[in-house]
Amino acid sequence: MSNWDILWQARDEFWTGFLNTMQIFGLSITAAFVIGCFMLYLLEGRPSVGKLSLRVFIDGMRMLPFLMLAYLLYYGLPTLGVRLDAWWAGVGALAVYHGCYFAEIFRGSRLVFPQGQIEAAQAHGFTRARMFVRLILPQIVMQTRPLIGNQLIYALKDTAFLVIITVRELTAAANSLSGTYFIPTEAFLVVIGFYWAVSIAMEIIIKQCGRFGARRGLDHA
Amino acid sequence: MNASAWQMLFDGAWTTLWISAVSIAIGVVAGLIIALIRLARIPVIDQILVLYISLARATPLVTLALFIFLSAPTLGFGLDRSVAGILALTINTTAFNAEIWRSGFRNFSRDQREAAMATGMTPWITFRRIMLPQMIITSLPGLINEMSFLIKGSPAIAVIGVVDLTRVTNRISAVTYEPLPPILVACALYMVIIGALVWLQRLAERRANRLAT
Repeated sequence: MSNWDILWQARDEFWTGFLNTMQIFGLSITAAFVIGCFMLYLLEGRPSVGKLSLRVFIDGMRMLPFLMLAYLLYYGLPTLGVRLDAWWAGVGALAVYHGCYFAEIFRGSRLVFPQGQIEAAQAHGFTRARMFVRLILPQIVMQTRPLIGNQLIYALKDTAFLVIITVRELTAAANSLSGTYFIPTEAFLVVIGFYWAVSIAMEIIIKQCGRFGARRGLDHA
Repeated sequence: MNASAWQMLFDGAWTTLWISAVSIAIGVVAGLIIALIRLARIPVIDQILVLYISLARATPLVTLALFIFLSAPTLGFGLDRSVAGILALTINTTAFNAEIWRSGFRNFSRDQREAAMATGMTPWITFRRIMLPQMIITSLPGLINEMSFLIKGSPAIAVIGVVDLTRVTNRISAVTYEPLPPILVACALYMVIIGALVWLQRLAERRANRLAT
């Protein structure tokens, strides 16, 4: 029996690992996106102490390796009496960490947002929240599309760190298979193929979104 | 935390720093070489490099580190943990650096290249005397940004047993049963290292903008 046959028989293990990775990825980036939008909304308007501390928090997160945040949630929180299991600690860490990156990406685009549109919306009687949801957010999300795509690929790669805090995801599957049958080269090649396929798929989706944005007139040079 | 815990944390920070520094040094030069080879558009080699860059950018560092460390012995050569870690970080960062250098080439002023040709400079002299000095300044912000990404990814080498700034916190909490203090100190140390790089990046950006105007 060749090494590839052994892996084919263990395909279930890869598949569960892959599904787990995709679950973690899907759940955490959705949460991260919402957190990013919410932070952007909180940063709207005049500077204040609250906004300044939010900025400091975002910058602090961006200076931290992702794994340290996962360590804080998984090993650090139990000291304070909050005990999360590895899976939820991982999803939470990914969501908060990448939420901060999303917020920073949106903020960069918000700085160059045309002021005239906001004045026009105010003249039409839009409330702050309505103006943000209907006018500012859609344009900013479409404009920052390439950066969001990059960030999604970083988030996918960060899910692999969770193997260190014992989450049973895709890399963990390869690790345990290579331990059982001692065929690390083939097992990891399969897993790298999985990651590669997902990031290529994401790149294609982001490009398709570009066409949609152009049709709806959300892009302007 | 006692004095030996602090000592261990600083040793871990030192491990993270020197392994990252070696990978950055190799990665910046190797990235430039790959960008140069890709400019030549040699048929088969070009496609191989495109494949390498695409794969290396999509592969998580943890997976890459495990792959290199575990599969090296089955291919007939054993690797030291640190060497495997450096190899993984270098393979990853080289791919990103190659793209940064390549966009530096693409955006290089055509006028200057034509002027160099008109004054009779050979391609090598043009590259060495005209292009490279300016490209270093324009690409530096991107390169430093990639360096801070490398340090943020460096905890991946903890998975193959390198005692870096991340893994050392496990060692300390295994003795003291108090995981929070060493993790917080490690966070602060990472912030100092990456904060320094962010500050350097701002300086580099200011210099690059001065050149552009």
